[in-house]
Amino acid sequence: MSENRRDFMKLTGVFGLLAAAGLLTTREALAQQQAWNKAAFETKSLADTYKVLGGTPAESADIAITAPDIAENGAVVPVAVASKIPNTQAVYILVEKNPNMLAAGFNIPQGTSADVATRIKMGQTSNVYAVVKADNKYYVASKEVKVTLGGCGG
Amino acid sequence: MPDPMRIRATAQGDVVDVRVLMSHEMEGGQRRDSAGNLVPAHFIQTVTVTHAGKTVLSAEWGTAVSKNPYLQFKFTGGKKGDELVVTWVDNKGETRTDKALIN
Repeated sequence: MSENRRDFMKLTGVFGLLAAAGLLTTREALAQQQAWNKAAFETKSLADTYKVLGGTPAESADIAITAPDIAENGAVVPVAVASKIPNTQAVYILVEKNPNMLAAGFNIPQGTSADVATRIKMGQTSNVYAVVKADNKYYVASKEVKVTLGGCGG
Repeated sequence: MPDPMRIRATAQGDVVDVRVLMSHEMEGGQRRDSAGNLVPAHFIQTVTVTHAGKTVLSAEWGTAVSKNPYLQFKFTGGKKGDELVVTWVDNKGETRTDKALIN
């Protein structure tokens, strides 16, 4: 019985630590919110977006964009980007004809695969660009997605 | 308090496949309501995923991410039973943190 109690105390100790870790992460996330790249998300042209992100990318065949050729519902377009470029640090998804081109950016730390998937909104048929930052250089690949029903109506 | 996220993390060897479904309206700020007024933007701006105190993915999102956002990625170094912590913060400062065990 006393043995059980000891185990229980050990467990609560562990959970206490986990809770503390949770609090730390929240604080870290709040600090990160200030790091949200407002300028990049407000750009309205491809050239501007490249400029704010840090450089004009070179075309690369090592970036794969997985997205439908025809999206029936522009409000939910699944997009996956996989980069085979070594030392990929960040992946950005851009939609050329959206009011704000930059849809999402992902920072890829060491140990995480440069292979992310999400779902985005598209107002109309447009090219989708995947910009990859690797070794502080920029690379890009694109794919056209035809949208039959725009996603801006919500 | 926003609804909880659904997190599924599965380990194959030491590679962990993480899928997260968040519950958020992701209002783009372009839409008008029935009275013709612009609906103010309300969307998740940052997402952070940590494993064993280390950030395994951080994302910055704009208004073009779909409602009830979905996120999938893979990282190396996790194992079954490890805890994964996912936190998002939106443009109104609302935040939600959820945890899941890798299986």
